[in-house]
Amino acid sequence: MSTSEKAPLTPVLTKRWLSPQSWRLETYEKLEGYTAMRKALSAAPEQVIQMVKDAGLRGRGGAGFPAGVKWGFMPKDEEKPHYLVINADEGEPGTCKDIPLMMADPHALIEGCIIAAYAMRSHHCFIYVRGEALHPMRRLHAAVREAKQAGYLGHDILGSGFDLEMTVHAGAGAYICGEETALLDSLEGRRGQPRLKPPFPAASGLYAAPTTVNNVETIATVPSIINGGSDWFRAMGSEKSPGPKIYSVSGHVERPGQYEAPLGTTLRELLEMCGGMKDGIPLKFWTPGGSSTPLFTADHLDVALDFEGAAEAGSMLGTTAVQVFNETVSVPWAVMKWTQFYEHESCGKCTPCREGTFWLAQVLERMVDGRGSEEDIDTLLDVCDNIGGRSFCALGDAAVSPIQSGIKYFRDEFLALCESNRPARAAGTVASPEPVPGSDSQAAQPVGAQA
Amino acid sequence: MSSPKGGPAGGGAPKTATTFGEDTVAEARELISRYPQSRSALLPLLHLVQSVEGYVSQEGMTFCAEQLGLSEAEVAAVATFYTMYKRRPCGEHLVSVCTNTLCAAMGGDAIYKRLQQHLGSESAPLGHEDVAGTPGESGSVMLEHAECLAACDLAPVLQVNYEYFDNQTEDSAVELVDALRRGDKPHPTRGAPLSDFKTVERRLAGLLPEDDDEFWTDVDGPSQAVETMRGAQLAADRNWTAPAAPADVPLPEVEAK
Repeated sequence: MSTSEKAPLTPVLTKRWLSPQSWRLETYEKLEGYTAMRKALSAAPEQVIQMVKDAGLRGRGGAGFPAGVKWGFMPKDEEKPHYLVINADEGEPGTCKDIPLMMADPHALIEGCIIAAYAMRSHHCFIYVRGEALHPMRRLHAAVREAKQAGYLGHDILGSGFDLEMTVHAGAGAYICGEETALLDSLEGRRGQPRLKPPFPAASGLYAAPTTVNNVETIATVPSIINGGSDWFRAMGSEKSPGPKIYSVSGHVERPGQYEAPLGTTLRELLEMCGGMKDGIPLKFWTPGGSSTPLFTADHLDVALDFEGAAEAGSMLGTTAVQVFNETVSVPWAVMKWTQFYEHESCGKCTPCREGTFWLAQVLERMVDGRGSEEDIDTLLDVCDNIGGRSFCALGDAAVSPIQSGIKYFRDEFLALCESNRPARAAGTVASPEPVPGSDSQAAQPVGAQA
Repeated sequence: MSSPKGGPAGGGAPKTATTFGEDTVAEARELISRYPQSRSALLPLLHLVQSVEGYVSQEGMTFCAEQLGLSEAEVAAVATFYTMYKRRPCGEHLVSVCTNTLCAAMGGDAIYKRLQQHLGSESAPLGHEDVAGTPGESGSVMLEHAECLAACDLAPVLQVNYEYFDNQTEDSAVELVDALRRGDKPHPTRGAPLSDFKTVERRLAGLLPEDDDEFWTDVDGPSQAVETMRGAQLAADRNWTAPAAPADVPLPEVEAK
């Protein structure tokens, strides 16, 4: 089809979403469902892994690690049970792709799980679903039930000799459980706190056994790769970031929604499909992949939104959660809101993140309240330096992203908030940061207090 | 560290037997059997006790400890870590308003504030996790502000008992909680027919309706929001497709190692 040579949208994951009752097995099977599973089960596990490696499928949960390579880390022997764990704990602010995917097409995820588990010699797969994602969880339970009845799960799947059990597991409200080792601790019935790596989960994961944790969108992509092959997959996207990707566009655009496009699509192209900025009010800032990815501005409309393009422009692709904000939104306010989120979700395990996010939020609240000073900007950046790269897991790095990028592109706006507090200092009073209500000044010392 | 006194091993009925009867014990055992190691069932069990009492009480934690052979301290450490476990009795319904940045900018903060004042009063707005009405009675509502609910394309959103009510306004949210207070159950934009917090906690524990009709009615509750399908619809309208997949692509040959 010549018109689709360079189609701006390439529905692969979303192609079944328009079908009535797309979540039912009957619909899925009418639309090629479970054909890839049959193909994979008739091949060797190594061939399946090689196919996913050749396709260059990269993790869709934010980090972009090559999925086939991750699978290849799993040991060949089965001295201990192997586990496949699906990270369905979607909670990164702005991210809203896995939840609609699980609602619309749960069998794509189940089929992907069967193929991935077979490739990694796993006989028990867990889908860890965010607790607040109730309706997607129902659809998963139903899909598992249907798949079991059809003989696609359980003992000796379709006579292949391969057994697979699947457990849908609900979380209970903790953003940190999206971090793969925190997720494993949570699945073991503990507080969701990250583990030290190494050992990586492939060596010691769930119950200290070999484990692979993959994102929903990553695994749901696998059946199409097994059927279409690596060349077909690579016909979309860029060389290092191949394939289609669901871009979740939200905020001040005319038609927010889920747009599945080749990796490397730009915001300019996405905005065109979204009908432009809402009411024509100009774009001010946006996130390419959730609040943990440094902000972009109107200067970044033509950045290729793939793993390399976003990184070269100073941010990260993340989850392709494109949150668009217009000129009416204050950057310091938005940054404060996100910081309050990270403060709330910091698991408390490591000091830089636990204490740092606590103080960052208070400084930002003071600034937004008009009680800040210019030095607060330096304090913020200094605290950020003491969190980024120094915390136990990526939550700390994520927490400083909006602040650092916000100040980098919109320093004037932060300064303007401090404007009213200038005359006092001009008059010669020694500037001492206003005490934060309820604070213990001693507690502030460890992080960034030397400024 | 305190450990439960007189667990099942101590002879006689466990001290939680009056609140959590034989049925709950049987359900707990069933949930535990789904996992290779019993402790993995702790999060589901906490949802289960919440489905019985409407919150996680001290007794609920003791029950989990008894079932799993854990200390009460181990259970308490987990119960207090996760925001979905309520430490005070919830209302018949839980209303969660997303106030993360994007929803907040689109009106979520205003919705939350309006509901606080509407369910409380202007001078004494209802606080986070406070209940309007009496927990246990029909029409009681716990209000909370929530972090990103992963429905940003439908912002501002709120959930009632974790069912989605999308594209809300201050007025629609007020109408919604008024209906809940009257004892009505408005249908969510996406989700199953509205039940109540306790019922939903059973689902989260992993216990689905046993009746087949009820099971499928819940599963088939709406989800196909215009926003969700916008990209797919646009592609269909414009005849944009992914490249055609070739038939019968062989899997790559690999040398056996």
